[in-house]
Amino acid sequence: MTIASTTQLICFAALSITLVVGAFGVVLLPNIVYSAFLLAGVFLSVSGLYLLLNASFVAAAQILVYVGAVNVLILFAIMLVNKREDLSAIPGLALRRVLSAAVCGGLFLLLVRVAFTTPWALPGPASIGEEATARIGEHLFSDYLLPFELASVLLLMAMIGAIVLARRDVYTSDVITGEPADQGLIEKARTPLLTSKP
Amino acid sequence: MNLPTEIPLQAYLVLAAILFCTGVWGLINSRNAVRVLMSIELMLNAVNINLMAFSSYLDGQLIRGQVFAIFVITVAAAEAAVGLAILLSLYRNRETVDMERFNLLRW
Repeated sequence: MTIASTTQLICFAALSITLVVGAFGVVLLPNIVYSAFLLAGVFLSVSGLYLLLNASFVAAAQILVYVGAVNVLILFAIMLVNKREDLSAIPGLALRRVLSAAVCGGLFLLLVRVAFTTPWALPGPASIGEEATARIGEHLFSDYLLPFELASVLLLMAMIGAIVLARRDVYTSDVITGEPADQGLIEKARTPLLTSKP
Repeated sequence: MNLPTEIPLQAYLVLAAILFCTGVWGLINSRNAVRVLMSIELMLNAVNINLMAFSSYLDGQLIRGQVFAIFVITVAAAEAAVGLAILLSLYRNRETVDMERFNLLRW
């Protein structure tokens, strides 16, 4: 991208702050709906970072797939499972949080150390900029053709699998008595199979 | 104050590391199953940032990282669809989304 480097730095700083604050909000906020909307903010700032990295096609794909599909799917799932429930207290929860935070901090330090000690082959070849979309198309239909076709099969399998898993069996007649089933009551008249005492 | 003239590669790597570690922490500590799926999406996005940064800085001509990122986005979409379907089916059977009560297979 041919914008001034100072502008680039300011954009990077703003996007990074949005990204980090949004990510912490996603995992820390008690209300799950706020988390879902902050997740959309995280996805949007990631796509802004892609624009800074000369990848306009992937940025558009990120917005379309993540914000347009995945986030909406998550919001629908929240609406479908939004029963207000009081979580029972678990012994040692605070200790678990502190321990896992320590492990994640260690992982972060390791990743940062690797990032700063590895001798990257910089500067690499010059970026091709806006020709990236055409180059991605060439890749997808020449040397990445097999993964591309497998991805389409994977998406089809995921679609069928999601339908099969989330479908509720609807009967037109009662199994025992043979009378026509009251379709209006299907949502209410169901007994959970595996509910055990809390 | 002496700012660098352009963004270094390490800035993107550190940002992706922060995002990944946040995702791991959320994955371990979330009680709500939907939030677990959100944390997985955060981790996948961190990996994508890494791929795109390497593609832009080290592989500017053959942008293989961008192709990989597109495949990762595809797989993430499939994963979200199947994961949320499993979650719905689980909620229908257990009447809860509390991860601590999905303990049917615990020994």
